[in-house]
Amino acid sequence: MKDLVIIGGGPAGMSAAIAAYENGIRDILILERDEHLGGILQQCIHNGFGLHKFGEELTGPEYAWKYEKKVRELGIECKLNTMVLDLSDDKIITATNSEDGIFQIQAKAVVLAMGCRERAKGALNIAGSRPAGIYSAGTAQKFVNMKGYLPGKNVVILGSGDIGLIMARRMTLEGAKVHAVCELMPYSGGLARNIEQCLNDFEIPLKLSHTVVEIHGKDRLEGVTIAQVDEKRKPIAETREYIPCDTLLLSVGLIPENEISKAANVDISTITNGAIVDQDRQTSIEGVFACGNVLHVHDLVDFVSQEAEIAGKAAAEYIKEIQAERVLITLKTDGKIRYTVPQIITKKQDVTVYFRVSNVYKNVRITVASGDTVLLSKKKPKVAPGEMESITLKSEQLENAKKLYFSLEVM
Amino acid sequence: MERKLTCIICPLGCALTVETEGKKVISVTGNTCPRGKKYAESECTNPQRTVTSTVKCADGSLVSVKTDKTIPKEKMTECMTLINKAVAKLPVAIGDVIIEDAFGSRIVATQNRGL
Repeated sequence: MKDLVIIGGGPAGMSAAIAAYENGIRDILILERDEHLGGILQQCIHNGFGLHKFGEELTGPEYAWKYEKKVRELGIECKLNTMVLDLSDDKIITATNSEDGIFQIQAKAVVLAMGCRERAKGALNIAGSRPAGIYSAGTAQKFVNMKGYLPGKNVVILGSGDIGLIMARRMTLEGAKVHAVCELMPYSGGLARNIEQCLNDFEIPLKLSHTVVEIHGKDRLEGVTIAQVDEKRKPIAETREYIPCDTLLLSVGLIPENEISKAANVDISTITNGAIVDQDRQTSIEGVFACGNVLHVHDLVDFVSQEAEIAGKAAAEYIKEIQAERVLITLKTDGKIRYTVPQIITKKQDVTVYFRVSNVYKNVRITVASGDTVLLSKKKPKVAPGEMESITLKSEQLENAKKLYFSLEVM
Repeated sequence: MERKLTCIICPLGCALTVETEGKKVISVTGNTCPRGKKYAESECTNPQRTVTSTVKCADGSLVSVKTDKTIPKEKMTECMTLINKAVAKLPVAIGDVIIEDAFGSRIVATQNRGL
């Protein structure tokens, strides 16, 4: 029996563990499948982490170390190289490692912090052969930054998510030539600063509304054909262009890794691909919490840590059986706002609601309404799917509310 | 002359407009904070970047490193050549100096290795 078991020792898991400890829980176990704590941060050697959380610019490993050091100082138990196989709805965890074999733990509370994985080539349906030389951007990142291998010399990148942009710069600095970054959408999914410092600094062209339509090469990739797409995202035949290359990197989206959550029958949102949660990040199973990229994909690790603190604190309160006045408010969106986290509110308290929009909109007004009453409205010069937004609702605004409607209006 | 820039100091990525006269910056608009103004001025007169990379360790593993200050943007490639020649002695702790001088900055470890 353990008070709290945390699945995943990345930024979310470590931050949740520390928050639970600081809220009085001592019997905590972190299960991590990799040989080190820190998760994906260990391969994100670039800087730009921690500005919100620590007010300084850190690299990924440095950001991870701030938490790992704390976890060690507090003496929080961690099992590395340990794979969780199953979670039951009564919070029995089945895991395995080479020392303990297969073992089970009954937990009073569980925090799901498994992170996300990259969308792979199979999801894209690109025509042509299947040669070597096609990698997800994160795999290439691991090769270059952790193993010391350069996957290729002539590179095309499909997708302009931040990992793709970061890898465009990284491969260039290590001597490869990045010929183009193609983005299917008419806007980039990455941060503006990364387009500036990762592409513009090295004169790497960003081809918006472009995609890879054909892969060439038998054993090794020899080239790709790219084409512009129309407003329905269909390739325009006349714009086909052949680019010789030996490497294609895919940066085409991240998917929360929820196999274990699904095994426990946690309700999953079809929009975020993560659990449906309340303001405490508690899932549909009492005492099971979720935070970080397993819940919804974040732009910044600072927000992952922040969210994990909420989950860790709430898990501690659950274990200590601290009760609060219960309400039930559901949060709905208009489609222009794609989703909110949390999706439900069950306590009368101040709640910060995070959300993403479904397209790039300029000069917008975002409104939160309860029935005909507008609770809050906020103007923004620009919103984009790549940038998570937030609104804080005061507990008095939640008085008598049953359903909150989040909508976006272009002015 | 008017120059459009994207601030790279934080994830906000403010769209900056810089009014210049020759090399002199007259005004900066579009910034949310004072750091944006500072960035725009530096970018128009002496653009600077942080370089992050990896250095080989004596045992063949890698340790991640960074310049502890920014270096001139046009020196990034030369800085990489320096970094790729270096070998780090183990153990390495975060903050350990791997290269004393790289274009006015030091190259420091950002990971612990062999501790």
